[in-house]
Amino acid sequence: MGQLDGKVAFITGAARGQGRSHAITLAKEGADIIAIDVCKQVDTVPYPGATSEDLQETVRQVEALDRRIIASEVDIRDYAGLKTAVDQGVADLGRLDIVVSQAGISTPAPTLEMDEETWQTMIDVNLTGQWHTVKAAVPHIVSGGRGGAVVITSSLAALIANANTAHYSAAKAGLVGLMRVLAVELAPQSIRVNTIHPTTVNTDMILNEPTYKLFRPDLATPTRADFEVAALTLNKLPIAGVEPIDISNAVLYLVGDSGRYVTGTTHVVDAGGQL
Amino acid sequence: MGRVEGKVAFITGAARGQGRSHAIRLAQEGADIIAVDLLEAIPGAPYAAATQEDLDETVRQVEALDRRIVASKADVRDYEGLKKALDDGVAELGRLDIVSANAGISTQMAPTDELTEDMWQNMIDTNLTGVWHTAKAAIPHLKAGGRGGAIILTSSEAGIKGYANIAHYVSAKHGVVGLMRTLAIELAPDMIRVNSIHPTQVDTDMIMNEATYRLFAPNLENPTREDFAPASQATNTLPIPWVEAVDISNAVLFLASDEARYVTGVPLPVDAGCFLK
Repeated sequence: MGQLDGKVAFITGAARGQGRSHAITLAKEGADIIAIDVCKQVDTVPYPGATSEDLQETVRQVEALDRRIIASEVDIRDYAGLKTAVDQGVADLGRLDIVVSQAGISTPAPTLEMDEETWQTMIDVNLTGQWHTVKAAVPHIVSGGRGGAVVITSSLAALIANANTAHYSAAKAGLVGLMRVLAVELAPQSIRVNTIHPTTVNTDMILNEPTYKLFRPDLATPTRADFEVAALTLNKLPIAGVEPIDISNAVLYLVGDSGRYVTGTTHVVDAGGQL
Repeated sequence: MGRVEGKVAFITGAARGQGRSHAIRLAQEGADIIAVDLLEAIPGAPYAAATQEDLDETVRQVEALDRRIVASKADVRDYEGLKKALDDGVAELGRLDIVSANAGISTQMAPTDELTEDMWQNMIDTNLTGVWHTAKAAIPHLKAGGRGGAIILTSSEAGIKGYANIAHYVSAKHGVVGLMRTLAIELAPDMIRVNSIHPTQVDTDMIMNEATYRLFAPNLENPTREDFAPASQATNTLPIPWVEAVDISNAVLFLASDEARYVTGVPLPVDAGCFLK
């Protein structure tokens, strides 16, 4: 008996990294999955984007758990396309209970030197994209009349400051405002809304040279080992980063019965980073 | 395989209410339990004290799950007595991994300038100093194990918000957050995680009494549980009057388990959206 037997979860950014980990974790607990990912290189992003093959691997791993999954390639900046994907997924799987708004990008740049496109793309993906996600998906939870749960992936960057991430921090802090308002609006329907705030997670979005340079501006060509020396100082626990499963376990806590009366909270998984 | 299989948890205030619920929930997931409770009247508390029969019932329910439990009478205000109870429990069960500093009181309520010295001091002694005593007694055992660990301090919604007429309670519960953050920094190198939990009203004897009913429904002569319900619900965002002890236990279990292996220094609300109001 899984904690989420019979439920359906919609997950954005599900091709790899945290999104894939959430899909597998929720499927292990009995949920069917509606998965989307852009599966394309997003302009301004300095590391390789997820691919169609990545998304197919998520499909394979969920199906290996004997759960159903409807996957499609959609950009969360495209509301109409996003809505079509959710509507189709709900039509196929019959209901919607859980939304994990996970998709996001990282494009480090100094605040005063950042170009318009870098700023705007960040806000479009990491803030407006999450609003699109809940706008497209939550009506299906409401019409189910059984309550539900929305988890929005924010970041430790919404709570503490790091140089060269003004657009990222602004978008991620904006998500906290979005979450709190949604939590108030959706409480009468017993739909709970929370954000998660990870420290650095060991995924492709973090483990790339631009991020290494962000953490080690003192080095010309920093390696992962160089990055980890600096990342360690961000955390209080003696670890350089957390794994996607640690965020998935937080998602599960929030969307399962364990979180039935938890709403409007900023759920931190940061190895003590904010202390 | 339970989520805290093979671990040992120390729980204060374990005779009834949230403490008993934590003992049972952790035992369901494979932990053995060291349980203490005061079992005496709390000065000025407007509700009956937990009894030896209550603590015996906790023991019975944990043993029914085929887990071991060492239960004794101890006062969190008495460091030496508390330390002895814990030391004896660890000697018997062999290790310590999890600490739930749960024991707490609610007493008479009054505007801040009308609180008496006794009302203030009794509250601080139990709800703040008692939590420090609990951590102080437990830390050497956690460190000696060399396997990390988890300390969970029960604060309150009153640890992150102010409430009229309970300055002593609000001050103690806010103080617990400061203690938690400092402990989290001090113990991180040993992979011992420290977090606090912030419940809204929970359906236990500490809340379900006339003094609390009056705090929430001050305009009524003799408020009842039925009068309290809508007033309590008005403090929450979700359409519920209060949460159950098991909801707090599920948060304790999450924080105690490996699922939260990298969660430390966090004030974790289980508050039905109370913070948003």
